[in-house]
Amino acid sequence: MADSLLGLRDATVRFDGRPVLDAVDLDVAEGEIVCVLGPSGSGKSTLLRAVAGLQPLDSGRVSLDGRDQERVPAHRRGVGLMFQDHQLFPQRDVGGNVAFGMRMHGFPRAEQDDRVRELLELVGLPGAARRGVASLSGGEQQRVALARALAPRPRLLMLDEPLGQLDRSLRERLVVELRELFGRLGTTVLAVTHDQGEAFALADRVVVMRDGRIAQSGTPLEVWQRPVDEFVARFLGFDNVVAATVTGQVADTPWGKVPVPEGSAQGPCALLVRPAGVRIVAAGEGLRCAVAARTFRGTHVAVQLSTEGAPRLEAACALREAPGLGDEIGVVFDAAEVVVLGR
Amino acid sequence: MVLPVVFFALFFAHPVAAIVARGLNVDGSWRFGRIGEVLADSGVRHVLWFTVWQALASTALTLLVALPGAYVFARFAFRGKQVLRAVVTVPFVLPTVVAGTAFLALLGRGGLLDELWGVRLDTTVWAILLAHVFFNYAVVVRTVGGLWSQLDPRQEEAARMLGASRFAAWRKVTLPALAPAVAAAALMVFLFTFTSFGVVQILGGPGFATLEVEIYRQTSEIFDLATAAVLTLVQFAAVGAILAVHAGTVRRRETALRLVDASTTARRPRGAGQWALLAGVLATVALLIVLPLAVLVERSLDAPGFGYYKALTSDDGGIFLVAPIEAVGNSLRYALAATVIAVVIGGLAAAALARRDAGRLVRGFDALLMLPLGVSAVTVGFGFLIALDEPPLDLRNSWILVPLAQALVGVPFVVRTMLPVLRAVDTRLREAAAVLGASPWRVWREVDLPLVRRALLIAAGFAFAVSLGEFGATVFIARPDNPTLPVAVARLLGRPGDLNYGQAMALSTILMVVCAVALLVLERLRVPSRTGGTGGAPLDRSGEF
Repeated sequence: MADSLLGLRDATVRFDGRPVLDAVDLDVAEGEIVCVLGPSGSGKSTLLRAVAGLQPLDSGRVSLDGRDQERVPAHRRGVGLMFQDHQLFPQRDVGGNVAFGMRMHGFPRAEQDDRVRELLELVGLPGAARRGVASLSGGEQQRVALARALAPRPRLLMLDEPLGQLDRSLRERLVVELRELFGRLGTTVLAVTHDQGEAFALADRVVVMRDGRIAQSGTPLEVWQRPVDEFVARFLGFDNVVAATVTGQVADTPWGKVPVPEGSAQGPCALLVRPAGVRIVAAGEGLRCAVAARTFRGTHVAVQLSTEGAPRLEAACALREAPGLGDEIGVVFDAAEVVVLGR
Repeated sequence: MVLPVVFFALFFAHPVAAIVARGLNVDGSWRFGRIGEVLADSGVRHVLWFTVWQALASTALTLLVALPGAYVFARFAFRGKQVLRAVVTVPFVLPTVVAGTAFLALLGRGGLLDELWGVRLDTTVWAILLAHVFFNYAVVVRTVGGLWSQLDPRQEEAARMLGASRFAAWRKVTLPALAPAVAAAALMVFLFTFTSFGVVQILGGPGFATLEVEIYRQTSEIFDLATAAVLTLVQFAAVGAILAVHAGTVRRRETALRLVDASTTARRPRGAGQWALLAGVLATVALLIVLPLAVLVERSLDAPGFGYYKALTSDDGGIFLVAPIEAVGNSLRYALAATVIAVVIGGLAAAALARRDAGRLVRGFDALLMLPLGVSAVTVGFGFLIALDEPPLDLRNSWILVPLAQALVGVPFVVRTMLPVLRAVDTRLREAAAVLGASPWRVWREVDLPLVRRALLIAAGFAFAVSLGEFGATVFIARPDNPTLPVAVARLLGRPGDLNYGQAMALSTILMVVCAVALLVLERLRVPSRTGGTGGAPLDRSGEF
């Protein structure tokens, strides 16, 4: 890619011989927001530290604007990193924290003051420059850390679990604010998170990592609609995954015959049935099931169905149509909501 | 890391090795039998026995007197508590020579008690024991009281809600939590009194000699270097054992304790019993700590028109080649040089030890650094005397010899003060600064330095106070024409006559004032600032010595 700002080629990091980052290839284009998604221990934080220059690569290379960064120390890379727990400097006030990077880069004093004021307004903390960092709430600290990372105008901004420690409602509000802000500033962003909701809401492109390797990369919609394998499907929260064998437009599964979309790969595979594709019909039709549990989810009811000799099935039902606990019902499958996964 | 290792190899390991060689190697062959011969000597056995039992008695007496004090400091809030805390801490940084002189002024010939009731204790063991309590009161109050004030009183309340009586709750809940701290404090007191030199030298009669005093006597009076070397080895082994046990108790100390902010646990005394306890502790402090120092000052003024102080400026006393007052300048110069050396060496060592990837070898060095603290100043001085006297390291005639010895004693204080603070600096804070464009040097200046500056100053202050009062090593190696304050005091005391006695009192008072000023500066630094908050811990921790 010609216009790629950040490029990783074959990037590998080993801790005690165990690869934490395993031959990773990744490009981030100018102005793009990329979110790396993965469970803890999948190597996503190491990825950021390698790009920042805090973690040397064992092999492979990192380039910024097409220039190899191997011999460039962290403080000359011109990237910003917002740490998971913010790491604000305790002995400086809010303004001192935000101005730190500009001081290091020798911005003129007047510009520093202007930019501190401007950034604090941008992150919603106008006039907070003289406050001590110890007096800030978690959300405020997060905003100060963001302002501090943005202040020296890094060519690439990296966020490590940016909203990890905040409570849910604040997180949902901030993720929208962040996306808006980055869009307005045209910032190139590489973020990592273990929260799929956060990743989907923030990113232009999602990269799912597993054991130091990239499992899948695509737009949030692509990843959501067509997870490539069982790991990605389960990580996204889908539990209706079974081993199956596809023949023509039908898959043979422990749940019986399940229709698959046209043009699906043939032969043995893992099969995902989204809860929306599990249709409840009258007892006696389709697959015989009993309702083992039901959970109210606000917009719908998640129903756990047990059936003999096969894993449980999860179905999503409209509030009015949801069966009661213990009801005997039948189940049919909707091919549009079935995905054949690679093994 | 390299510099501290070289420093310790040259100025600690090398002298100690020289002592071993001097004691056990005769004409090129090793004679381990000598150890047995020396130990079989009845005089030596008497010294050993006295060293152990006076240390045990001092420790027991100190605990007895200081534990109520620890309780009062931990649990009661009262007016003047800060001042009292400072007063109690004064002896901790006071030179042993000053304490010795002060007790001499109180209990000795022509002392206060002698004048009032004709009671003299200066040739009895009581003078030694009381002076030891004077010194170590602060060790117990700071170590035990510090932990006690952080124990959550609600734990005891929980036990009482479960049916325990007030005493049972204390015995089952608080005592077990305190026990390791008490043990650690007791071990430290034992160590200090076991290696006591200045106090015993000044207050002890002819019949009383600790190992330390005996080593000095064998070296400088009898010139039996071989016996001195064997005694040094015995002391070395004993101190090593005590330090090992101490390291064990410290490690066990704060495990799994619920600690709370000390300021929330103290309250005003209630009821006659608690007020009586407070009064008793105040009286003890007044009698044991304030009175001797006050008498010292009073005796130093016991000549018309500051006569003793004036006499200090004349050089016709004949004891020294120079006027005694010049010892003040010498002491300050030596102490400054020693402080610089100790801070550089100790700071480098602490920085190396604080690194997270520090290996086992480096951590072993940590324990090694503590050795000079316990291995007794006399050993260090004696070692310098016999090890650094030939090329390429012939420092006998160099002024640097004294600061080097004093720095060796000061380094453990610096390391102990700096290490916890350096360890507390989060690596990721440094990384955050690096990513924002700070070069490694600027990271140190912008992140590390502001966080450790206070600890650095405190460490320097401690090293300065320790160097200023250092006696055991300095007395070996200070040149006759350049005595330090403690050495000059000891020499004056060794001479007959009221004038010499009075001058000793006056010099001691000067030394006390200098040390007290250093301490007051430290206490001011200790109060954490509003933004930093990292400065509170170090001095409290130094109480763990």
